[in-house]
Order: sequence, then structure tokens, then C-alpha cells
Amino acid sequence: MNNIWGFTISSARVIDYDKNDRSFAQYMTDTVPSSQLCIGCGGCTATCTAGALTDFNIRKLQMLVKRGENREAGEQMHKCMLCGKCLLVCPRGVDTRRMIFAMLKYIDNQKL
Amino acid sequence: MYYDPFVLPFMIGLNILCIYLVVTYVRWIRSFSRADRHTILKNMISIKTLRACKEIFLESLVHHKIYRTSPFLGYMHMCFGLGWFLLIVVGKIESLVYHTSLFNPPYFAIFFRFFHPANEAFPHSNVFAFLMDLILLMILSGLALAWFKRLYSRLLGMKRTTRHRPFDRLILTVLWLIFPVRFLAESFTSGSRGGGSFLTHSAGEFFASFLPVESLSYPMWWVYSSVLGIFFLLLPFSRYMHIPTEMVYIFLKNWGVKQGRKFTAISKFQLYACSRCGICIDQCQLGSSLGLTTTQPVYFLKKIRHHEDYSQEIDNCLMCGRCENACPVDLHLNLLRLSQRKDYTHITKNTYTYIPAPRIPKARVAYFAGCMGHLTPGVIRAMRQLFEKAGIEYTFIDEQNGICCGRPMMLSGNYNAASIVVERNRTAILNSGAEILVTSCPICYTTFKENYHLNLKIMHHTEYIAQLISQGLLHPHASELRTVFHNPCELGRGNGICESPMQVLQAVSRPVPTKYDGKKSLCCGGSLANLHITPTQRSRLSEDALNAYLSYHPDVLVTACPLCKKTFAKNHHTVPIKDIAEIVAENC
Amino acid sequence: MNPMNVIIIGAGTAGCEAAYRLAKAGFTVELVEKECTPGGNLNNWFQLFPDRKQASALRQLLQQQVEHPSIRLHTDTVPVKIERQDARHYAMELDNGARLEGNALLVTTGFRTFDASRKEEYGYGIYENVITSVELENYFANRQILTSTGKRPERIGLIQCVGSRDEKMCNFHCSKVCCITAVKQAMELRELLPDAEILCFYMDMRMFGPGYEEMYREAQEKYNIKFVRGRLSEASENQAKQVVVKCEDTLVGKPMRMTLDLMVLMVGMEASDGSRWVAKELQLPLAPNGFIQPGDPHYATNRTAVEGVFVAGCATSPMNLTDTLTDARSAALAIGEFLNGNEHYN
Repeated sequence: MNNIWGFTISSARVIDYDKNDRSFAQYMTDTVPSSQLCIGCGGCTATCTAGALTDFNIRKLQMLVKRGENREAGEQMHKCMLCGKCLLVCPRGVDTRRMIFAMLKYIDNQKL
Repeated sequence: MYYDPFVLPFMIGLNILCIYLVVTYVRWIRSFSRADRHTILKNMISIKTLRACKEIFLESLVHHKIYRTSPFLGYMHMCFGLGWFLLIVVGKIESLVYHTSLFNPPYFAIFFRFFHPANEAFPHSNVFAFLMDLILLMILSGLALAWFKRLYSRLLGMKRTTRHRPFDRLILTVLWLIFPVRFLAESFTSGSRGGGSFLTHSAGEFFASFLPVESLSYPMWWVYSSVLGIFFLLLPFSRYMHIPTEMVYIFLKNWGVKQGRKFTAISKFQLYACSRCGICIDQCQLGSSLGLTTTQPVYFLKKIRHHEDYSQEIDNCLMCGRCENACPVDLHLNLLRLSQRKDYTHITKNTYTYIPAPRIPKARVAYFAGCMGHLTPGVIRAMRQLFEKAGIEYTFIDEQNGICCGRPMMLSGNYNAASIVVERNRTAILNSGAEILVTSCPICYTTFKENYHLNLKIMHHTEYIAQLISQGLLHPHASELRTVFHNPCELGRGNGICESPMQVLQAVSRPVPTKYDGKKSLCCGGSLANLHITPTQRSRLSEDALNAYLSYHPDVLVTACPLCKKTFAKNHHTVPIKDIAEIVAENC
Repeated sequence: MNPMNVIIIGAGTAGCEAAYRLAKAGFTVELVEKECTPGGNLNNWFQLFPDRKQASALRQLLQQQVEHPSIRLHTDTVPVKIERQDARHYAMELDNGARLEGNALLVTTGFRTFDASRKEEYGYGIYENVITSVELENYFANRQILTSTGKRPERIGLIQCVGSRDEKMCNFHCSKVCCITAVKQAMELRELLPDAEILCFYMDMRMFGPGYEEMYREAQEKYNIKFVRGRLSEASENQAKQVVVKCEDTLVGKPMRMTLDLMVLMVGMEASDGSRWVAKELQLPLAPNGFIQPGDPHYATNRTAVEGVFVAGCATSPMNLTDTLTDARSAALAIGEFLNGNEHYN
């Protein structure tokens, strides 16, 4: 099936919001309410040490979780160095560092 | 043979207690690591044991550290500690002088007034009687203070006092009964048979005037013995377990057993050595600024001990170390908290292989600004200026693409991941060939010292600037600025650096002394160790701290940590907040 | 009977306009200004949006208006004490010793621009080629844009939301005009530097006024201005004294590094020190953002919680010039009704 037409058929590129499991997103909202304040300015990603060296993108990561794209988020999560710089630049006062902890804890419990 | 059935409750209680303690302590000590046991054996027969004895006398009996918090509070604890100890020792000597044999049963000394016929004189019997009454009076005065403290804690130098469980209140009542009951028992005996001294004798005569002391005295001895027996039986399950445990802990500590990052047997000793005096409560800014009243070490340790849910308290701590600094038992409260934090990350050696090994130009001095330092370019500029002025050739390790020092990870319990980051940074530092590593960040400074095992001199920039000034490489001129210094937690309390910043500030300004100087400094609220409070709560905490410093009306508030500077800068004030390096650079 | 007298604190745009309208309505006005000339923040501006009119034209108009015979202008002085005897009697002492009396008080103390050095990670006051939008207006007035090393800048970045919408600076509010100011300044830059690359870094483009969105479009279409959706996290300086900025290009989803020859910080608005002082003196409630709280957001925009004390312009919230002028006229109307005793809304 692969490469017959020069490209592969992968899973749908659409976020299936109806089907996606959003319990992770709910957990994040409950444990770190300030995560709702994000306006996606990207300040956190810009300052991120891990982000400068890998494709780790904290802004995108939490957005993926909010939309229920948990698997994709789970793959990247561990690259964070927890240095807390993002916490100091966020203009909305999102507790980014705690958000990461909450996500790591959740993943640890769920074995995602 | 001196014996009466009323001594039985006391003897049963005492024996059970002794057996329990020995079994427990032996079990704990057996679970020490081989290395720890080896250290203990090595240090047992050394000056360290004497040092431990001295510490036990000063801390467990005199409670001299509590005097720092309040003399009243210190006196109160001393009355119980030293008073009870003296009562036992002097009582024992008295019984020995009377009996002239070393081998009298333990209860004989305790109930001496009952067994000793008052009319029978022995050498210095009056002196002993006087001493025993004096000591009893001392304990009773302490007891009065304790009652008073429950009612009006603020007067004894504590804003808040510990909340106790019902069980703790029961044993507290039992403890408070012991000495009044002894007083009554001795007084009644004296009233009917004579003996005693200024206190018990006078009281005895007074009671005899309207009470049938003859028939009351024997039951009172029963009560006294029973109260003691009950106290001994309840002790292991109450906070008074701290009395024996603290002493054992002091020995172990002096013999070199250290609290690591894991919860081990020495942690257990500390858990039980906490007397729940509550001195940590007033130190905690989470309480004073945010009204959080369950997370202070006294409650945290209590929850661990009684297996209550403490998951929130694990994360809710600034680890500023103010409690640790004030703790009269010298417990490692930060490490104990850290020992409960779990590593939630699934980080392996491969996770961070993406971090490139940086190539660093070689120089004798290496400078490391730290992650946060890059958010305070003013500090970096000041350091560059100072290096230039002093003619120091330096290499800037994290100028480009620096990575985290690893401490924020360790503070959250993720030691495995941190070790990888540490290794990378370590290579970079060693590649620079530097002899001195200067950092602007106290957080990095702590890790470099504790975890990097670098064979070179590690200095925070305050120390380094102080050194440059004393070597005559920098010639700052004294300005007329009134400065107040906020000593960052990790620098002052964490690493004991209190002198250098003061020397530097004296050279460039007129520092104003505050009650938050040195190790008593306040946390700015930016701490990365707290994983629980919200940004809004952080702002409130930092505003309170800032206002406390600004109440001294400085021209400039000086700090020495990029994180503290950024945290304080959040609230707009007319007083500028500067790093110590910036103040020096401006006045060079 | 003597005409009734109104004291106005602050002869900026709002103060001048309100003074003129009140004078025309038959009141006398005591207009107090801390600077030597009226005009306020308008004096720092070169061109106005959206029509690119010279700011000096509007300034001259306002200055002519306050020469009305019923307006007494007190410049170079600030009040040191305000006494409110009752709702219709005010006495004010000035630091030059004068004592003014009035029957109503209008607060037009305006705004101050955010102190960009507080946002330390952007390097204002530390790096040579970081300037504020106010300083850029000054460059325009001199018709010359050069870097600190005397070069014509080849790449210029305009950074929006500096000191606005920033929890870290405890300024949660939007200053409203910085987006359109950035667009306007980018266009002016283009006219002076036809070959330079000009970029605006934004979180949201808030084109709220008439003609603003069209201007944004024009900037893209005719002026070749580039827009990057991402907030700057920090800046550093390289050997050539250029500014190296870090942001995430959120539309691409990748962090970005860029070297700029000149970086312009679009500083936001904060309540002025004058507003804060007056509010304290008269116990006027402040909104959470530090500006003076009007009596009602719809009907009583010029009233305050204290009867007889009115407010107009940027003392109440960030506004553009159009709204400030309208607000000043509205205040003049409200004061007139109050003094003539025929108020409509209570």
C-alpha cells in the first residue's frame, strides 16, 4: 500500500474534536485553571531552551491537549527541562511550569 | 526493701516505653545504608560524640535556639526540658546520698518523698529538699507559661501556635497533670508527715489547714504514678516521641549521617524528632501572605507521620529555607519535603541527547549567567563591564544556547533527568579550562557546588566582586545611595553568603540595616520549588515581601539573583530594583 | 451675576478641547498645566492616524482655542491641594502660590507612556538600538533614522504590546492605539527608508477605528510591511550592536531568531502620575488598571463617584485622539448641564 503513489496514507489530518478524548484537557483545566488564559502569543516557546534545540513547542503542546490530540502531545512532553523561563515571560500569567507538571503526572498515571 | 503497689503503673509504663524505643531505634538504625553505618562506627569514638552531648544539653534541655525566637518561649521549653532533667538527676543524687547504694530501683528516686521518712535527716537533706522544690517551682512556672501560651500565643513571640489533634490534646493534658500532681502529692505528704522545703512544706501546711491531707496523700501518689505511667505509654504515639528521638538524632547527626534526597531512616528520626513547637509557622510566608495554614513543616511532617493525605503539601513549599533556619531541632526541612517529591518524568539518557556539546573559548575565568540571567540583560551588561574594568579575561559559557543548570528539575524531584543536563553543562565548563567559575544566579550556584563535582573555584558574582575589590582590581567609589539588600534565599540561607554582599554594598553605598538581613531574608515569591501556588498568589507574596523591604525607605533595593529581580520588578514602585553587580558597575 | 467657573486639571487634548467648549457655552475656565505649553502628549507626536495629518496642525488649533478670553491658562504649575467644600465649590492651591476657585472640576490628567526599561528582557536603556515609539516620533520630526553606529538601518522591528496586556507588568489592559500606531510608524519608516525591511511583531492586530483596518491592508499592500504573529520573549545585543530578538512565529509554529538594526518598542499607556494624585486627593475610585473609574460605562462616562468632579480623555482609559476629543466635548456638555441644574441622567 505504501508508496504506490509516491506518498503514504497516514491517519486523518483533521482534528476530530467529536471523537477525541478530552478528559486530559478537562484535567488540565481543573488542576491548572490559569492554562485557560493562553492566547497563543508564543512567548514561552520563544524563550524555551528545549524548544531552541528540538521540536518541543510548549504552546503547541498545550493546545494539542486542549483539542484532545493527546498522543501527539505525549510524545513531546518529556523534553521540557522545567527551567521555568516560560513562567517568567508569559504575558497572561499562565502557570506554564505547573501545567507541564500536571501533564507529566497525568501521563504517568494514564501510561499514555 | 522500698516497695509499694502504687509504683506499678509507673514501672509498667517505663519498661514498655524503654523496650519500645530500643526496638524501634534499632530497627531504624539497621536500615541505614552500609556507608552510613560505617560512618557512625568511625565517628562514634571521637570528639563528635562530646559535641553531640553538648548539643543535647543546649538544645534538648536548655533549648537555647528557641531563645532566639522569644526569651519567654525559650524559658518555657527550658523549664520542661532542663527542669524535668534536673528533677530526675538531683532526685537520683538525693536518693543515692540517702541510701548510699548505687542500686536502688528507678522508682525510688522518683517517689523519694513517699519512701523517705521526713524526720530522718541525712547529709545535706535540707539542701536537697530546697533544690528539689526550686526545680519543681521552675517547672510549674513553665507550665503556667504554657497555659498562658495556649491562650495568648502572641505574647510569647509567636503569632500562631500549632493546632493539635484530639489525641495530642489528651497527652498534653496528661503531661500538664504530672507536675501539679507531684506537687500535690509531695505537699500532702509534707502536710501530714513533715519534710519538704519552702514550696511543698508551706503548701503542705496550708492544705493541712482545711484538707484531710493524711488520707489524701496516698491516693495522690497513686495518681502521680498512674499519670506518669499513662504518659510513658502514650509517648510513642504522640508528639512527645520527640524527647527521646531528638537526642538520638543529635548523636546520629553529629556522627555524620546526612539527609539525602530520598526518604530514609534518618528522615524517620527527623520526622519523630519534630517537637511541633510551631516556630516554623510564623516563618512561612505562604502563611503570612497567602493565609495557607496546612503546608508548614510542622503540619507536613505530622501528616506524613500519621499517614494523612499530604499530596498537596508536597508541592506547596517555596523551599526558601526560612523554617529550616529557625527550626530549633535543626531538621532538614527542605530535603525532607524534597524526599517526598516523585519523579514523574520518563526521561532516559536519550531524552536530552539533542543538547549539543558547546565549544567554549578557553579562559581562566568562566562566566555563567544562567537561564534567568538572560531575562535580565542589565546584570549581564554590568558583569561584562566589571570584568573589563578589572582587566579579567573571561569566557561566557552560556552566551549562546545555554541550557538549564538542572536545579529546577531537582527541586521538582526529577533527579534522573537533571543528571543528564548536569553532565552536559559540566563538560562545557571543564572544556573552558577555567579555574574560577562565576555565576550570577544563586540557583545555578547551588547546583554547581552540590551536584557538579567540579574541581575548580565556584563563586557567585557577589563573592567575586568582593574579591576583586579586596584585591584592588576594582575601585568603586562610595555613593550616597541608601541601599537595602535582599539576600536571595539560595545565596544567604542556602549557601551562607551574607558577608560578601554587605562588604560590596558598604564599598559603593550606604546600606541600611533591616530585620531581614542575612539569613532572615524574605523570599521574593518567584521560587521555582513551589509547584502549587498560582501566579496571582506569587504576585501577592512578592508584593508583601517588597513592601517589607521598602518600609526602610531605600533609594535602591539591591538583590543578587536574576529571578528575584524579575519577580520584584513585576510590581511597579518608585524605588528601583537593581542587582548588586549593577550598583557596583554604576559606581566604578 | 458672575459666570460660573470650571477648573480643569491638565491642558492636553481633552483639557484644551473641554475648556474651549465650556468657554463657548458661557463659563469661565481655569486651565492648569504642568508643562510650559498646552498640548500634553500630542506635543510628542509627528503625524496622526489614520489620515497622516501633521500633529502640529491639531496642536495649533487647540492652542488657538485656549486663547479664548474666558479661559485663564496657568502653565508650568501643578496643584498641591484641592479642597471640595461642597459639590459646587472647589478651591485649589497651585505650587506657584495661586489659589483658584471653581464650581466644578474636570480631571483631564491624561496618561503616561509605559517605562520600557521595566521590561528588562527587551533591553531598553541597555542596548543601544532599542528605542520607544515616542522616540521614533522624534526621529520622524527630524526626518532622519540612523542606528547608534550611524548606519541606515536595514531591518527594523516594531514590537507591540510593550507594557500593555502584560500580567508580568501588572498591566492587564489593552492600550488600544499601539497597533495602529505601529502600522502608521511602519509606513512612515518606509517613506524614509525605501529599501529597509520593516516588521511588526504582534499578538493581535486590533484595528478598532474607522479607516484603521484599511490602513493595515494598505501597509501590507503598498508599503511592504511584514507582520509576524508572535510575542518577543527576549532580546540580546551582538558585537555589531545589532539587536538579536527571540520570538515564536506562531503561524509557522517554530521559534525564530532575528537580527534587527533597530528595534522600536510600542509602549503602552498607564494612568498618569497626575491622575493618581488627583484620585487620591479627591478619593476618586480607580479601575483595576489604575485609570479613574467613571460613574457608569454608558451613561455617566464623564462623571466620577464624587458629585461635581468630572473626568475626560485618557484619565479614564486609553483612547485615541478622536475619542479623546469627543469625550472632552461630552464632558463639557455634562458640566454645563450640571452647573445649569438641568441634568438628564442621575
